[in-house]
Amino acid sequence: MPLQENFSEMYGTSGEVRAPYAGLSEWLSEMSVEELAKRHGAAELAFRRMGITFAVYGSNQGDEKIIPFDVLPRIVSASEFSDLEAGIVQRINALQMFLADIYGPREILKAGIIPPELVLANPQFQPAMTQIKPPGGIYSHISGIDMVRTKDDFYVLEDNLRTPSGVAYMLENREAMLRLFPALFQEHRIRPVDIYIDYLQDMIRAVAPKSARGEPTAVVLTPGSLNSAYYEHSFLADRLGIELVEGSDLFADNGCMYMRTTEGPQRVDVIYRRIDDDYLDPLAFRPDSILGIAGLMDAYECGNVTIVNAPGTGVADDKAIYSYVPEIVEFYTGEAAALKNVETYRCREPDALKYTLDNLSELVVKRVDASGGYGMLIGPAATRAEIDEFAERIKDDPDGYIAQPTLSLSTCPTVVNSQIAERHVDLRAFVVSGAEKTCVVPGGLTRVALKEGSLVVNSSQGGGTKDSWVLAD
Amino acid sequence: MLSRSASSLFWLGRHVERADFMARLMEAAYRFETLPQPDKNSGWASAVKSSGTAELFDAKDVPPNRDAVTQFLALDPDNPSSIRSCVMKARNDARIVRAALTREAFETLNQGYIELSERISQKGRPVDMVNLVDRVKQEVRNFEGAIWRTLVRGENFWFIRLGTLVERADNTARLLDVKYHTLLPEGESVGGALDQAQWTAVLRSVSAVTAYRHIYRQNLKPWLIADLLILREDLPRSLCHCMEITNEYLQDLRAAHGRVGPADRLAKSILMDLRRTDVDEIYKKGLHEFLQSFINDNNRLSRQIGEQFSF
Repeated sequence: MPLQENFSEMYGTSGEVRAPYAGLSEWLSEMSVEELAKRHGAAELAFRRMGITFAVYGSNQGDEKIIPFDVLPRIVSASEFSDLEAGIVQRINALQMFLADIYGPREILKAGIIPPELVLANPQFQPAMTQIKPPGGIYSHISGIDMVRTKDDFYVLEDNLRTPSGVAYMLENREAMLRLFPALFQEHRIRPVDIYIDYLQDMIRAVAPKSARGEPTAVVLTPGSLNSAYYEHSFLADRLGIELVEGSDLFADNGCMYMRTTEGPQRVDVIYRRIDDDYLDPLAFRPDSILGIAGLMDAYECGNVTIVNAPGTGVADDKAIYSYVPEIVEFYTGEAAALKNVETYRCREPDALKYTLDNLSELVVKRVDASGGYGMLIGPAATRAEIDEFAERIKDDPDGYIAQPTLSLSTCPTVVNSQIAERHVDLRAFVVSGAEKTCVVPGGLTRVALKEGSLVVNSSQGGGTKDSWVLAD
Repeated sequence: MLSRSASSLFWLGRHVERADFMARLMEAAYRFETLPQPDKNSGWASAVKSSGTAELFDAKDVPPNRDAVTQFLALDPDNPSSIRSCVMKARNDARIVRAALTREAFETLNQGYIELSERISQKGRPVDMVNLVDRVKQEVRNFEGAIWRTLVRGENFWFIRLGTLVERADNTARLLDVKYHTLLPEGESVGGALDQAQWTAVLRSVSAVTAYRHIYRQNLKPWLIADLLILREDLPRSLCHCMEITNEYLQDLRAAHGRVGPADRLAKSILMDLRRTDVDEIYKKGLHEFLQSFINDNNRLSRQIGEQFSF
C-alpha cells in the first residue's frame, strides 16, 4: 500500500483550518513563536520541579526524564468524540464478554471464530481465572484504546487492558495548560478531564466485594519507586485519597487481605494493582516474585478482595488477538464493530506470511508479545540490511509476528526548536468500566513523535505529549 | 497510615536534618581552620570524628585536610551520611510518600536534589564549600518551613517531625562533642584565646551565639555553652527542647491511636533525666561521656519508635 496523503488535525488535507481549530488558529496568529517557546520552557521546568518524571530502563543519562510536553493542544470536536465514544464502549464491552466467555463456556472457540490455541496457549491466558468470577463480571476495569487517524478515519491500533498508564499525564497536562493559557480556555468550551477520578471512585465502589464493611478500603499496589510509572501510581493514590502500597505492606490471613499500618492490620477490599499478573502472588504465579503477596489469589477466589484489573485480561489485548476484535464485537453484540481495526496480516497464516515477507519495505511488523515500540520494524524507514535481518526473525517464528500497512498518521502543529511544525500524533482514550456502566474520559492522551517524519510516539522512544481537548457542543 | 509510610516519613525527617548537620559540621571545622594554630587539619579531623563516620574515612587512608573531608562529608556517595547520600535518600523517601507531602514540601526537596545533581555532575571542580553549606542550610530551612506552614497536623506531620527532632538531638550532642575531639596545641591553655575561639565556632555552627549573649550576658564559658545546648528548654536545638517536643508528638500519636508503647516510656525517661540534672553534674561525669550516653539513648529511642509503629 503506498503512503497516503497526510492528514493534518488542524488543516485536514485541504489546507483550510478545520472548524474545531478555528479558535486556536486565530489565537496562534496573535502569539509570537518566541512567546510560545518561552511558555513551553516554563511548563517543562514546572514538570521537573514537581518531579513529574518517568524512568527509562537501560538509560544512563540520569535515571529520570520528563516526558516532553507540547503546548499546542490536540482538539477533537463534539461529534467526532461521540462517534469514538460509542465505538469504544461497544469494543470494550465486547472484550469484557470475550474474557468472561473464554474463562467460562468458551462459546467463541466452539463457534470456530478464533483458533483455540491462540487463546488457550497464550502466555497471557491465566488458567486460575477459570475458577473465579470477578464481581460484576468486569475483567478490565481500566482500559486504554490507542487510536490513530488517517485522512479516512480513526483506527484502533491497540487495546490496553492491563492497566494502561498515561492518565496522570492527561490530568497534569490539562493543569499545566490551564495555568499557561487561561485565555484559550475562556474562548473554548472544553470538557473537563478530572471526571476520570470520579469514574474511578464510582467503579471501585461498584466492584468492591459484598463482604466489605461500610465504605470499601481500596489501595493502589505499585512495584515500587524504581518503576518507570511510579509517579503515576502515587499520583493516582493521592487523587483517590487511598494508600499507595507495595507488596510487603499487604498480607493475607484467613482468606482476607490486610495492610500493615501504624495502628495495626487493616482490611483491604479493592486492590488497584499496577504490577503484572505474573508477580501478583508467588503461590499462584511466579514463585520468585517479591513484588506480590502470598495468598492474594486465594483471597480473590474466596471473593474477599477485588483485583483491578482482573488477572488474565492480557489475553484480550494481545496483538495476535487484536486482528480478531471485529469478529469478537460482532459475535457478542450482533453488531458490526463501529471502530475500525488496522488491516492486519497474521504471519501464522501462510498467505499472510508470504505477503508480509514480499512487502516488508512497506509494512510495519510487530512482535505479538511486545509493547512500547520495542521489537518492531517500520519498513519504509528501515535499511535493506535491517529488513533482511528482520525477515529471518519472522521466518524463525512466524506465529510471533503480525504485519500492518504503514499508516500515514495524522499530524498536529507542534512547537519544535522555536518553530511550529507538523508532527505525527496518536490518541489514547481512557475507559473505566464498573458493574453498571462503561465510561470514556472526554479527553485522553495525545502522544506526538517529536522527530520529523517519525511515526513512533512512545515516550520510551522519545515521544512527547499534548493536552487533548474534547469540545462541548 | 501504612507502617512503611511512617518509616519513610520518619527517615525523611532524619535525613534532611542530617544534611543540615553535615553542613554545620563543615562550617565549624572551617572556622577552626581559620584560627591561628599550628595544625590546620585538627578541626577537619575532629569534624570527621564527630560525624560518626570516622571508620569509613580512616579506611580511605588520606590526610584529613579540608579538601578530603569536605569531599567526604558533602559529596561522597559511599558515605551513608554525606550530604549527597542524605539528599538522595530523603528525596527517594519523599517520592515514596509523595502523596503524604504537600507540593511545597516536595518541590523544595526536589529542588535541592536537582541542584546537588548538577553540582555532582561538574566533576573535577573543587567543592565551593561555603556556598554549599549556605545552600544546604537554606534548603533545609525551606523544607522545614514548608512542612510547618502547609502540612496538616496529623500522622504525616508527626512522623516527619519526630525524625527531625531525634536527629537534631543527636546532631547537637555531636556538635558539642567536636570540641572534645580537638586537642589544644601545646602552650595553649584551657580558657585561653584559642580555646575560647573554638567554643565560639561551635556555638556559631548551631547559630546560637546571639542566643548565648542574650541569655547569659557574659563571655563564652564552656559550661554555660553546655548548659545552653543541653538543658535550656527555650533553645530550639537543645537536647532538652528536642526531647520535650518529641514527647509532645508521641503524645499526639498516642491520642490518635489510643495505645502506649516502649518509645513513649523511653522518651519520657530521657526527658526526666535531662530535667533532673544540671551542668555541674554533667561536668562531674565528664561532658564527653554524658554526650556519648545521650547519643546511645537517643539511638535506642529511634529504634523503639520504629518498633512501636511496626516499621
